[in-house]
This record gives sequence, structure tokens and C-alpha cells, in this order.
Amino acid sequence: MPDVVQLLPALGIVVVAAPLLLTVVLGISSLIGRKLSEESTTKLGHATIVCGLLAAVAILGIMLAVDERHIPLPLGDWVVIPHHYHFSVKFVFDRLSVPFAILSYVLSGTIGAFASQYLHREPGFNRFFVLYAIFVLGMIISSLAGTIETLFTGWELVGLSSALLVAFYQERPAPPRNALWIWVVYRVSDASLLLAAVVMHHLRGEGDFDRLLGDSPWPEEFSSLEPNQALFVGLLLLFAVAGKSALVPFSGWLPRAMEGPTPSSAVFYGALSVHLGAFLLLRISPLLDLSPLLCSFVVVLGLMTAIVAHLAGSVQTDIKSALSFASLVQVGIIVTEIGLGLRYVPLIHLLGHACLRTLQFIRAPTLLQDYRTLENAIGEHLPHGQTGIERYRIWLYRWSLERGYLDSLLSEYFVFPFVRAFRWCDGMERRWTDFLSHGPSRDSDQVRSPSGGIDELA
Amino acid sequence: MNLLHLPWLELAIAIAISGSPIVARFRDPNRAYRWGLTCIGVSFVCTFLAGLAFYVGVTTEELAHYSPQVRLFGKRTFSLDDLSAPLVPTVALLHLLTALATARTKMRRYSFSWSLAAESIQLATFSCVQEQPWVLVGLLAISTLPPYIELVNRGRPTRVYALHMALFVTLLVFGWGAVDTAESMSAVRAQFGATLLMAAILVRCGAIPVHCWVTDWFEHASFGIAILYVVPLSGVYAAVRLVLPIAPEWVLRCIGLISLATAVYAAGMAVVQRDARRFFAYLFLSHASLVLVGLELRTPLSLTASLCLWFSVMLSLGGFGLALRALEARFGRMSLIKYQGLYGHSPTLAVCFMLTGLASVGFPATVGFISTELLVDSAVEVSASVCVAVLTATALNGIAVVRAYLLLFTGARHVSAVSLEIGLRERIAVLTLAGLILGGGLFPQPGVSSRYLAAEQILERRDKDRTAQTALSARDQTPDQ
Repeated sequence: MPDVVQLLPALGIVVVAAPLLLTVVLGISSLIGRKLSEESTTKLGHATIVCGLLAAVAILGIMLAVDERHIPLPLGDWVVIPHHYHFSVKFVFDRLSVPFAILSYVLSGTIGAFASQYLHREPGFNRFFVLYAIFVLGMIISSLAGTIETLFTGWELVGLSSALLVAFYQERPAPPRNALWIWVVYRVSDASLLLAAVVMHHLRGEGDFDRLLGDSPWPEEFSSLEPNQALFVGLLLLFAVAGKSALVPFSGWLPRAMEGPTPSSAVFYGALSVHLGAFLLLRISPLLDLSPLLCSFVVVLGLMTAIVAHLAGSVQTDIKSALSFASLVQVGIIVTEIGLGLRYVPLIHLLGHACLRTLQFIRAPTLLQDYRTLENAIGEHLPHGQTGIERYRIWLYRWSLERGYLDSLLSEYFVFPFVRAFRWCDGMERRWTDFLSHGPSRDSDQVRSPSGGIDELA
Repeated sequence: MNLLHLPWLELAIAIAISGSPIVARFRDPNRAYRWGLTCIGVSFVCTFLAGLAFYVGVTTEELAHYSPQVRLFGKRTFSLDDLSAPLVPTVALLHLLTALATARTKMRRYSFSWSLAAESIQLATFSCVQEQPWVLVGLLAISTLPPYIELVNRGRPTRVYALHMALFVTLLVFGWGAVDTAESMSAVRAQFGATLLMAAILVRCGAIPVHCWVTDWFEHASFGIAILYVVPLSGVYAAVRLVLPIAPEWVLRCIGLISLATAVYAAGMAVVQRDARRFFAYLFLSHASLVLVGLELRTPLSLTASLCLWFSVMLSLGGFGLALRALEARFGRMSLIKYQGLYGHSPTLAVCFMLTGLASVGFPATVGFISTELLVDSAVEVSASVCVAVLTATALNGIAVVRAYLLLFTGARHVSAVSLEIGLRERIAVLTLAGLILGGGLFPQPGVSSRYLAAEQILERRDKDRTAQTALSARDQTPDQ
């Protein structure tokens, strides 16, 4: 048995290296203008995902066989400044990370196979798979990260690839606009995660989760932080989680993400990306244990998200938006479960929900056919839901149709004031340079767009 | 003696400076391009060999044997140290890649002669030794002239640029004059000189409220020349060589605060710009200010972060500017009002645009990542508000970059009867920078170690000079016997 245990580091490296290889090959071939054929791309994708998945399953098998619950895989210091700084790369295989990594591989592999048919001869086939590879790499790095800096790296890769995939159908007006919105939300929440990473680094001298959260196996870890410190770091992380998992008030980005092709909607926003926030909450659960106040914030946020998503989802008229809100309801419930102190229940909920939702998303294009088959089988029409409270029905309907006015609130109170303030500054600068130049100072005023297009996002 | 003992640095400067009048004689733009490119290429090779000689340990004495510097100037004036050793070849590389990526349609407009002149001045500036501050002051003053002549030659307004640069040169000369004479006079004068120097540096780096010359410069100059003038961050170099060793704490704190405000303000402005050049100018201003923020925090970590960020800004914003310039060569000045739909014409350019832009904002696996991490890490040591401001600036810069990408490359496809694909020379230029950005991002340790060494030397030097100044101050306060 010890010989088998010695295989673990090698297997761990395969788990991480497989999507890295896929990203490097597809990325470099695209960068130098030598794109792989559809067939080669598909084969390479299948091979790397299967390798990674087999390695992850093997690790799980060995962990179960030897009853080992926490296997760290330190890859050494990536950057060291003696006495001042070190950035170590470390992966952890435990009861939380391994199931999530396997889930990522299974769903990514399924969607990769689906997408190779779905996007056959699409002009953006290669672009999709490059972004897909970056996404898978980001997911695997995030799920196995043993330090917060490593987690941040994966988190950023997931964010960029997700936003660019929303803009996949880039010739239409809405996708780029929605991609920008999503990127803004991600960027703001990522800043919060980075700040949390730095604060954690300073509290413990390194960003290693073992140092911060205790070195017992998940979920029995115990953090030695002070409750106030835990609350501060936890709130920063909760903000990052809210952005990544589309919790209130950022819920508006999730239906916007449905502009992307169905495979990416299925795996990224319906199943994996949207659960990454919940995964992070599970990872930092010892911090939650230290602060009841933080737990109550988590519960409130989860419940609010579930309620808003349920109401908004009830009035959606397209299947992908309805599914995205249904997904969000479950994410809200998972977050609530975590806030209530549960650990295995939300993990199992997360795994099951991700699989179910992926199936629903990839069946979405044939929904009408499925309905017909179902109605033929039961011999009558499917029942339609009704809102119960007549008095508030119209108001509630409008509120739900506007998705709780969350995007409008963010636009009205943050985006527009920001844009107006800086445009005002721009105007003042123009007056100043005109004054110094004794005349019009900007050549750019004469610049005209080379092609027609759509209006800019305000 | 071996090949590396030859005076490669002096040769690089000499080739650039002598190439300038030679290239100016050619009326045919193609001939000017070929000769100009040759001179810039040879100059780059020389700087590379000079850098190599430094890193393999060739000593100043060994180099002095064949160097004409002592015969010409009486003492050694140009030399590489830990700070300048990677910067000088990078400056030469930027000049080379900018010249290489010049489209045929732009060859008539791009002055290779002035480019060579500007390169020689920049190489001399970045290799000027600390012991010759007046030479550095002179070079910084002279470096403001080629851009002025560029504006005059193009028939563009010069007043904004000229006023700011006149202010910069005046403050610089009087500031250093006050510091230089203070050694035999008083500490009060030294403080006054440091204040003037601080103001000069802030003008040159484009800190608010004296930043408008940078946007104006990008409005009116040819884009290639504009990039080459600002991206090497000569103002930051002046800050490290002239201000950092002698400035009192409050001066550095002022520079830090103003730079921090500029970083956030410029990042916000970059988000709302409607013109691609102005967007680039604000992006640059924000990054230049972040580099200054790191310098003024005065810890080994922050200084290392700042020097790493400096290097990363040169590469990433240099590449970003070249990608934008390649777009301009095809479509003219780019507006950021409507979605242009240019991806289909040149996917490689789109990828390089995104890659270089993300590298500048510290995206993982790029050269900017670790420098941003170090900067944020060092900022939180000083104050939480500094850290939040740095994070705000980087977040806004990230938003600005992706917004520009989406506006330029997505949208209804631009219709063109001719191929607008990236050319071979442009491809070589942007891919070289992309390679360096990714290589530096995946294997950052050598770069970080080298910058840490430079940071330690700078801090040592500062400690020594500050001790001397404290002694001077104590002498002033002692009543005459």
C-alpha cells in the first residue's frame, strides 16, 4: 500500500498538468496563427480531460483505500524574496477539493464532447476551445488550491474565460455589452478576493490555507484567527463570493451570461462557475465557525438570493434565463446551508445540482420536443403555475420581470454617477487644454468610427 | 580579453546618435526605413551584449580598458548597474520593435531620424551613472526636444507640451542646482531643492493636475513616437537617481499621495474615454503613477515591486501600444464610441491586444502578475487605504482594457475589400513582446531577484546619503563657536 501512496504526487501533477497542456497547445497554436483542425482540437481535449479525470479518480480511490483525508502537494516557491515575500504553489487533495475537481472534469468533458458537435464548422470553434481550456484550467487550479494566491490565479482565469465566452457571438449587439457587465462585476469582486488574500498573508505570514485554517482534514479544521479578524477576512471573501456566484446584489449578471453558446451556459454559468463561490465558502468554513455574525450574513445573503431568483425565474419567457434563475435559487440555498453550519450537505447538494443543471441546459434546445414527448406520455397538458396573492400580483410580476431592479440599482447608484463624474472631469480637462492651446486642442473630436455599430454601454 | 570586454554600451549610443543624421539624408522612405531599422537593430544588439557583459560579471575596470569615455569626458559617465542593466536593452528593444512594426503606409510619417536621436538620448539617460547628476539633468532636459520638433514638423499645436516641459526643465535645473550647492551651504536649501525636484518629477510623470501634456502629446504626435517617448518612464528613472537618495520623508510621502490619486483618477478616466489614444494615455498615466507609489513606500518589498512593475509596464504597455498602432495603420484613429467588429480581420492582433492589456493590469501568468501582487502586498504593510487605492486602480484598469477590447474587436463585422490581417513584421514584433510577457510571467524569479538586488542598492545609497544630510543638518543647527 505505501507504494501506491507514493504515486499520489505524480497523479496530482497529472490532474493539474492535463488542462495546462491543453491551454498551452491551443493557446500557442492560436497565437502564432497555426490553429489546430477541429478533429485535432477535439481529440486533444478529450485526451487531456480523460487523463486528468482518471488521475483525479485514482487519487480518490487511493485516499479511500488508505483512509487518507488530507494530501498536500507542495510544488515549491514560485517567487521568493528572502525575509520579505514568498509565493508558494501548493495543491491540496481532500474531501472537498477532490470531488469538486472530479465534478469539474466530468462536466467539462461532457460539455467538450457536446460542444465539438454543437459548434461544428462554427467560425469561432477554435476560440471557444481556447477559452474552454482556460476555464477548465482555472476551475482545476481553484478547486485544488492550497494557498489563497493559487486560488486567486484560478479564480481570475475562470473570470476572464467566462466573460469572453459570453461575448462569443460577438457580431450581435447584446453579447459584448453583457460580457462587459459581467467583467465589471468579476473585476470588482476579484479585487476583494485579492485584498482578502493579502490580509490573510499578513495575518499568518503566508497564504497557505493550512496555516490559516488549521491543518486538520476538511471539514474539521479550526482556525486560530481572532473572531474580529475572521469577520473582516470573511466579509471580504463573502463579497468576492457574491460576485462570482451571482448572489444579491450581483444576481443580474447570470441571465446576461446566457448570451453565450449553450455549451458554455451549461457548464460555466449553470453548473461550475456559479458554484465556485459556494466552494470558496466551504473552503473557508473554519472562518465561518469563528464568527456567528459572519454566518448570519451568509444566511441572509443566501436566502435573499434564493427568493429573488425564484421570483425572477417564475416570469422568464426563455428557457435559458429560466434555468439560470433556477440555478441561482439552488445556489442561494446552498449558501444558506453553509451559513447554517452544514458542510457535507451543501457539498452533496452542489455536486448533484451541478450535474442536474448541466443535463437541463444541454437539453434546452430540444425543450419543446421534450415537452411534447412528456405530454404524449401522460396523456394531458402539463400544469402551469399560478401566483397566489392576487392583490400584489401585478406589482410582483413587474418586480420579478425587472429582476428585482438589481441591475437598475447598480446602474443608477454606481455606474452612471461614476461615468458622469469622470466625463465631467474630461470636459474640464478639455477646457483647460483648449485654454492653454488658444484653440481646440483635441484631434480626437474629428475621429469617426470606421464602421456602423451599436451604442456604447453607458 | 573576450568579446564582452568591448565597450558595447558606448557603441550602442554612438550608433544611434550617428545613425540619426545619416538616415535624415534619405528622401526615399523605404531607404530611410531600411537604414533606420539597421541602425536601431545593431544598437539593440550592442545593448544586449552590454547587458550580458554586466550579468556575466565583466567589471568596470575591464570595460574601461577599451572604453573611450575617460578620454572623452575625463571620467566614466555611462555604465550599467543593477538598476539599469535590464532597462537599457529593453528600451533599445522597444525602439527596434516599434520601427520593425511600422506599416508601409506610415513610413513617410514616422521619422526614423528623430527616432534614432531619441533612442540615443534615452540610452544615455538610462545608463548615466549616479555620480554624474548634472549629465543626467542635461540629458533629461535634452530629451524633451525631439518630441517638440516632432510636433512642429507635423504642424500640430505645441503650447501644452512646451509649457509643461519648460516647467519640468526649469524645476529640474533649479532643483538640482539647489541640492548641489546645498552641500556647502545649508540643509534648508537642500530641502528646497528636493521640493523643486519633486515637482519636476511629478510634471514629467504626468501626475495630476499637470498631466494634460501626456494626453495632448498622444493627441498630436505620431503614435509610434508617442509610445517611445513615454513608455520607458524616464521620469521614474529621474526619481530613482535624483530624488530618492536625497529627498526627506515628507517629500516622498507627497509624491506617493499625489501618485496614488493620479493612479486612481487616470484609471477612472481610461474607463470612460471615447478615443483609443486618449484611453492609452490614461492607462499609461495610471501605471506610471503606480510605479511611483511603489517607489515612495520605501520598503525593500515595495521598491522591488515598483521596479518589477516598471519593467512589466515597459513590455506590456509597449506591446499594447504596438497592437493599437497596428490597428490605426489599417483603420485610422480608433474611436471607442461604437463597436468596431475588427476581430474577424485579425484574430492574432486581437489576441495580442488582450494579452498585452491584461499583462499590464497584472493578470495571472503574465509579467505584470507578480509585480501587482508584490505592490499590493507592500501597500498593505503601509496602510489599508493605500492598498485599497492600488486595488481600485488595478481593477479600473482591467475594466478599461476589456472595454476597449470589446469596443474595438466585437460588434458587426467591419467590411473591407482588402485583407487587413496582421503583417509579418508586425507579427514578429507583437509575438516577441507576447513571448517576453508570458515568459516573464511563468518564470518570474530571475527578474524579481534582479530587481530586489537593485532595490537593496537604491535603499543602501539612500541610507548613506540621508546620513550625510542629517550630519549637515546637525552642523547647521550647531551655533558657531
